[in-house]
Amino acid sequence: MSETPLETLRRHRPRWDRVGERAVEGLIRLCGYSAILFVLGIFLFVFREGAPLLPKLDWGRVLLSPEWYPTSRMHVRYGVAAMIAGTLSVTALAMVLAVPFGLGAAIFVSEFCTGRVKETLKIVIELLAAIPSIVWGFIGLSVTNRLIQTYLPAPVGLNLFNAACLLALMSVPIIVSIGEDALKAVPDSYREAALALGATRWQTVYRVLLPAARHGLLAAVLLGVGRAIGETMAVLMATGHANQFPRSLFDPIRTLTATIAAELGETAVGSDHYRMLFVIGLMLFTITFIVNLLADLAVRGVRNKTG
Amino acid sequence: MDAPEYSITTRGLNLWYGQFQALVDVSLDIPARRITALIGPSGCGKTTLLRCFNRINERLGYVTTRGEIHVLGRNIYAPDVSLLELRKAVGMVFQRPNPLPLSVYENVVFGLRLHHRRGELPRARLDAAVEQALREVGLWNDLKDRLDTPATRLQLEQQQKLCIARLLPLKPQVILMDEPCSALDVNGTRAIEELLFALREHYTLVVVTHNMAQARRASDECIFMLLGRVIEHRRTEDLFLNPRRPETAEYIEGRYG
Repeated sequence: MSETPLETLRRHRPRWDRVGERAVEGLIRLCGYSAILFVLGIFLFVFREGAPLLPKLDWGRVLLSPEWYPTSRMHVRYGVAAMIAGTLSVTALAMVLAVPFGLGAAIFVSEFCTGRVKETLKIVIELLAAIPSIVWGFIGLSVTNRLIQTYLPAPVGLNLFNAACLLALMSVPIIVSIGEDALKAVPDSYREAALALGATRWQTVYRVLLPAARHGLLAAVLLGVGRAIGETMAVLMATGHANQFPRSLFDPIRTLTATIAAELGETAVGSDHYRMLFVIGLMLFTITFIVNLLADLAVRGVRNKTG
Repeated sequence: MDAPEYSITTRGLNLWYGQFQALVDVSLDIPARRITALIGPSGCGKTTLLRCFNRINERLGYVTTRGEIHVLGRNIYAPDVSLLELRKAVGMVFQRPNPLPLSVYENVVFGLRLHHRRGELPRARLDAAVEQALREVGLWNDLKDRLDTPATRLQLEQQQKLCIARLLPLKPQVILMDEPCSALDVNGTRAIEELLFALREHYTLVVVTHNMAQARRASDECIFMLLGRVIEHRRTEDLFLNPRRPETAEYIEGRYG
């Protein structure tokens, strides 16, 4: 053996390098593009199933009327106004509960606790995000349902408030982890500058960190909104699934997502009812697309400011 | 000559980061209205010492401090000392200019806003504070028409001057500077050094520097530190012309560091 390691390298590395490098690069590229492919594919599928009905719909009726009678013999009506109101109201109420809680927790985790407490909290919060939504729905049916009936002036426990509480608990982990990232991204020199001027920790947070991290925090909130709008199982189980405009916090409601989940299995493929459910899917697609776009723009705002 | 008046005195100051002892038996008297430079090789504890004087070291949870530090005659580790009052009296300038992501104006009045209620700060008072502080650091003429621009868009030299200016409305008596010129070019450095001389009239300045030539040019007294200990503390020209200790001599000759 007279070859030095360097000669071995020269002889064998280049070919391996080239082949291996290309293969890995191709694979990674495929992974990247596949995301686009899947999103487009799903959209096209939903669109294809819903499209034949689109020209036949009376959009004024659909968007403004609460009358949803997809199986009526005499007079089929596809009004989704009450469901849109249900989705928006349950999401809004969920955010009213989740945003202060989530941002507060993000601030606490990021700025006020250290070491073991911080690590434990982060793990527990991530665990909260990992609870399957059917479990949340189950809690809604059996636990919060009874609590609401016992302690609040509500005739039924399955209602807007119940579902909003569950959605809030489901969005909090997202808001906390993204919000914490946003706060962590604020340079430490800002904290030192404020503290050295005699700021208390809370003054540092609200005078310096919140303004500096506002884009990231907004993105956190919007992603939480996206989570709440898209949730299906928990709201199907906890809202009461009653197709009506909510008049109080304790009215049962119905959401767009829950309607699809509850009815799709009972429709004939290709029927108008079936296609209408896909149209609702398109509406959801549009709403979440707008929310995600806003979140993205918010995050981009961060880069422009700091970059 | 009348007896020197000391702004900061330490007695038997020891400090540990976890198990590592960063300061060993530091006993110092830092005179009022002078520029005192802290020099020494990296890791000698000069920045650590500086960060004791406004207790900003304590941000890190694993710091243990023993010994006494008196600032302006008060033991800053006494239980009744208010950290906020201490930091009002002892301002700090950092190595990299760190203006807050606010306008120039809001940076200068930031300290006032922290320590006063909204009602106590009429616009006229804020305006006056901004003008006075910016004049004192020589930024007023450059910036008086641009008070609303974000401070982070200024040149580095202006940013660092602004970081000094924002201390002034709180009427500090001591200003601590941690390598204030290390991010600046030659002209920026000269400008800051000139500013130091101007500020010396009213403030006690303690400046950590890596740059021996700067310590020599721009300080009245010089403290040489090594491995957490104070090796020598004398008037700057004495320290540089005839150092008493061999470690000092070797350091200022550039044999290590």
